[in-house]
This record gives sequence, C-alpha cells and structure tokens, in this order.
Amino acid sequence: MAEKLLEIKHLKQYFNIGRPNQVKAVDDVTFDIYKGETLGLVGESGCGKSTTGRTIIRLYDATGGQVLFNGEDVHGKKSKSELKKFNRKMQMIFQDPYASLNPRMTVADIIAEGIDIHGLAKGKKNRMERVYQLLETVGLNKEHANRYPHEFSGGQRQRIGIARALAVEPEFIIADEPISALDVSIQAQVVNLMKKLQREKGLTYLFIAHDLSMVKYISDRIGVMYFGKMVELAPADELYKNAMHPYTKSLLSAIPLPDPESERTRRRILYDPAAHHYEENEKVEMRELAPGHLVFCSEKEFEQYKTQYKK
Amino acid sequence: MDKILEVKDLKVSFQVYGGEVQAVRGVSFDLFKGETLAVVGESGSGKSVLNQTVMKLIPMPPGKITGGQILFHGEDIVKKTDKEMEKIRGKEISMIFQDPMTSLNPTMKVGHQITEVLLKHQNMSSHQAKERAVELLRLVGIPMPEKRINQYPHEFSGGMRQRAMIAIALAANPSLLIADEPTTALDVTIQAQILELMKDLQKKMDTSIIFITHDLGVVANVADRVAVMYAGQIVEIGTVDEIFYDPRHPYTWGLLASMPSLDSSHEEELTAIPGTPPDLTHPPKGDAFAARNKYALAIDFEEEPPLFQVSETHFAKTWLLHPDAPKVEPPEAVKRRMRKLSSTFEKPILVKEGN
Repeated sequence: MAEKLLEIKHLKQYFNIGRPNQVKAVDDVTFDIYKGETLGLVGESGCGKSTTGRTIIRLYDATGGQVLFNGEDVHGKKSKSELKKFNRKMQMIFQDPYASLNPRMTVADIIAEGIDIHGLAKGKKNRMERVYQLLETVGLNKEHANRYPHEFSGGQRQRIGIARALAVEPEFIIADEPISALDVSIQAQVVNLMKKLQREKGLTYLFIAHDLSMVKYISDRIGVMYFGKMVELAPADELYKNAMHPYTKSLLSAIPLPDPESERTRRRILYDPAAHHYEENEKVEMRELAPGHLVFCSEKEFEQYKTQYKK
Repeated sequence: MDKILEVKDLKVSFQVYGGEVQAVRGVSFDLFKGETLAVVGESGSGKSVLNQTVMKLIPMPPGKITGGQILFHGEDIVKKTDKEMEKIRGKEISMIFQDPMTSLNPTMKVGHQITEVLLKHQNMSSHQAKERAVELLRLVGIPMPEKRINQYPHEFSGGMRQRAMIAIALAANPSLLIADEPTTALDVTIQAQILELMKDLQKKMDTSIIFITHDLGVVANVADRVAVMYAGQIVEIGTVDEIFYDPRHPYTWGLLASMPSLDSSHEEELTAIPGTPPDLTHPPKGDAFAARNKYALAIDFEEEPPLFQVSETHFAKTWLLHPDAPKVEPPEAVKRRMRKLSSTFEKPILVKEGN
C-alpha cells in the first residue's frame, strides 16, 4: 500500500456550538489520503465537502478529531516558523475566483506573494520569470502580469488562483471546485495540467467538486459526502460501477452526459434519507464492503449490500 | 413550424480604450416556436453578448449594433427605441441569468418581484397579481408559496432562487426565454430538477428557449438544436444528434474531445484545445480558430472559411468541407461517437462565401 500523506481521523467541525442554530458541517469523518494520489470529494452544496477541505488546511480550527500530515498534527499548537513551513507544503485553490484575489494587487504580485514570503526567487528578474512561466502553465500570457484581477473573466481569474497555489511548489493541494467556473476546453487544459504536475512533482490532491465526470476522470479514489457524513468511499471506477449507498446512486443518476441518446432515456433516482429506517441505538458506521470500498451503513444494511454487491 | 426569431448577419461591437472589440461578427440563425436552441462556446465567444443583444440589454455606448437585423415575430428589434423595448422585455422575451444570488433584488420581497412584471405587462390589479404570483411559485415547485412570497431572496436557497427567477421570467407568458447559464451555479441534483422544470414548463407554455451553456451534458439533455460559437461567429449549427454524432468543425471536435466521458480511462489524456481565444479587437485574418487548430490548412490563415451545408439542418464553417481539402481524421474521442446519419447530404454544399 502506498504511503499515507494525510490521515483524517474523526474530524468534526461544528459551527455555532451550543446555540439553537448549531450546524454539524463535518460530523465524524475519517479517511486517509495517500502520497501522489488524487482523492475526489463530491456531494451537494452544504454537505460539508468544502468545510472538510478548509478544516484540513486549518482555515478553521477543528471542533474535534485529528488531521495528520506526514504524521504531524496540523491542528496542534504551532510556532510561526512551523506554520510557515507547513503552509508551503499545503496550498489551496479556491472556489470563488472573484473573492479569492485581492483586487488591489497586480496579477504578478498575487502570484509572487508566496514566492516572496518563502524567499523562493533570486532577484527581481528571476521572480518575474517565474511569474511568466506560471502564467503560461495556466494558459495566460506574459502581458497579463501587470493587470489587475478585475480585468479578467471568471475563468481567467481562476487560472491566476491556480498559478498562485503552484508558485510555492507545495506537496499537497486542496482544490475546491477549481474548474467549475471554467470553460470545457479550458477545464481540460487545467485538468491535464494538474495531472501533468502530479506526475512530475508527485503532488497529492484533494479535489472537491460537483462535476462528477471530471472527478471520476481525475481521481484515484472518490468520497461521497452527504450532510456532514461520508457515505461512501471507493476507487473511482468501482464507485461508478458498484455504487451501493442510495445517495451515491441518486447523485450518479443526476449527471447529464454529453450523449443525446442516453439523455433521452436517463431516469433520475431520488434519494430519501428516511428510507434507511435507522433505529435509535443502531450503530451506523463506515464498513468495508470490498477492499477499499467503504459504505456508511448499519449492520443490517451491510448484510443487504453484501448480497447485492457484484464483483 | 413558425419562426419566432430570425437573426440575420448580426454584428455587435464595443468601443473600448484599446479600440473596437468585435464581439459578434456576422451571426445568422433562426429560432422556431417551441424549440430549444443551445448556444455553446467558450467565455468570450460572444454567446452572452449575442443574446443580450436580442433583448437589447447591452449598454449603448460603448456597445453598438454595427450591422444586421434581429427579426422577432417579423419585426426588427434593432430599430426599436428603449421605450418600445420596455414593452417587449419581460413580456415577449425574458431572461434567466446565471447567478441567482445576484440577479434578484435583495431588498424586495420575492412576491413583489414577481408581481412587478404582472402589474407592468398584464394590467392586473395588485390582488390578482398576488394570486398569480402564488400560482407561479407553485408552478415552479416552491413549497408553501403563500408564505414564500413574503420572504426575501436571502431566505431562499440557491436552487429556490433560480426557481423564483424562472417564475419571474415566465410570469408574462413570454414567447421567447433566454437562459444564460441558468444551472451553472447549481449542484447536479438541483440542476437536474431545474432542467426538468424548464422542459416541463416549455411543454405547457410552448415557449422557445435559447439556452446558453458550456456544459455539453446539459446541451445533450435540453437542446433540440445546437449552435457552436467561436470568436463571435457561429462555426457550426445543427440538430443535437448532428452535433454530437456527426460534428464537422474542428472546434466542435475539440469541445467534444475535451470532455471526459464516464468510461474514458485515467491514463488517457484529455484532448484540450491549446491556447486561448483570439483578441477580438483585432480578429485574426482568415479563420479565427486557425491558430489553435491542429487541422488548420494553409488557406485558413489567409481566407475566412465559407459556410457549408451538410444536411437540411446542419451547417459548418470550415475549409475542411471544401472538395479540395485533404481528408482528416477527427480525434479518437470524437471518432468513437461518430455515426452515419440518414439525413446527411452526399456532399457538403457551399452556401455562403466567407467575407
């Protein structure tokens, strides 16, 4: 088995604790991310997938549980220099390209901010060279370096965000819906680029998205989240062929495919969370159905899934 | 079938600091009653400008319609004054925008935003309008509409806001609905619901829809016909089957090949279209797509390609269809979906020379 880069153990992220509007955004989620792999995380908005990503990178302080990066707890007490070291290893590409770029900085300064902080460039010329190269890798031109974010379209801004994340040469990137705002042709460029970078530099990705066909393409394993829980985790192909949890099935049935014929016959499966009929003290947890294929279910359902499961 | 919209050689440009951006460069298409035309293309291809022009929503200046006609029910919209347009907007033609978070007025109750349309265009009394608003919200699948009409947009979820927007757009029974990426900001499950809702309402009201999107899955789901735009021009137009199973333009190939299908393997690289769209301040000579096109011929850099007709409904603007052009093989991913369609002509017919 590959080396674990990240271990997420019983991670909990609650908001408004103790108040009537308490939200369990992430509720006891456990999974590992292996070195060099891409783990896809899918689910509806509000299911906690973005919060999971943000808690892993310590944008939120976890309510409970642990995140181990190379065996080291991310959420422990840390000195400034420790945090800096850690920040360089883990980067994030954000969902909203409009809110994640400082409107008062030029593109060159936005991209080079990390380079400056970590002292990665030797001299001004080298700094700009890096910026130009990064711009090119994300599909922009040299001339864009001196412009401001408002001069770009949403798609172009997202590419700037990706260039910024790549600037400090991290080990692990959390990509929170990085391609949702991009055009199909550009999406493919970015995904190819991300895959290429992964091969060359051994990057590890947590890829959060709701575009399931792209997620399947880029991910080695996929986790499906629903209401703060992970309901199914399996290798990408396995998940599509042998989805077991009814929510996963419903999610898969909702994807429109670029094929008019199959679209005419596609039927959506609806998911009703009440259909589980969990009893008061029934133990509902992740159970391993097949090697690497985990489903969130009760003992009774587990037996049922086992009989349904086909090799 | 009745034509409700005819766009003829439409040209739109914007005066900007650096010169004149030719956002739409000679677009022609027809729209029939009750059909859905999907317009696909990259950002900056002019698809949104084209459709905002149909509603005359582009700011003028800096925008300007430099040529062509937009015939809506036979009447030219280009010549209409703002005052006359007010009678058409929201009543005859209405629009659903991409971002339901920003396109509803946050300081107005949702019900009020619906009745606004009704009071303006349908001469209803405020009491009648309110009843109709409840009915519309129920129609678009919002539970407890009596309560919901007194709420503000921030009390609605994203999917609910998009439903409310559809209710506003359909309030006056428009004959043409322009949907500009209506589901892009939504989750797949909500997207599926909205698409089903739109199709259902279209059937009931016989509305024509222009559906702008860059999601080819959505196109396959909703469209009767598809127009592919690139650099301000329609480079290929045809029925949904023709575009997905017998595409002829290399840009369409590029779009189709850049989507992963659910059964494409990991190892396979996606065929991305290299580069970025051209700067439309100075549109390139010849075929605008030539610089990004690996199938480009020498003539593509010299002369604009003519329009060829491949079947009764299928047109493509590429030199590759010229009888003297070399035979080329489309990318692997496209070849897999190709099939022979019965309606295809034996040979492409040249219908319009390039400019």
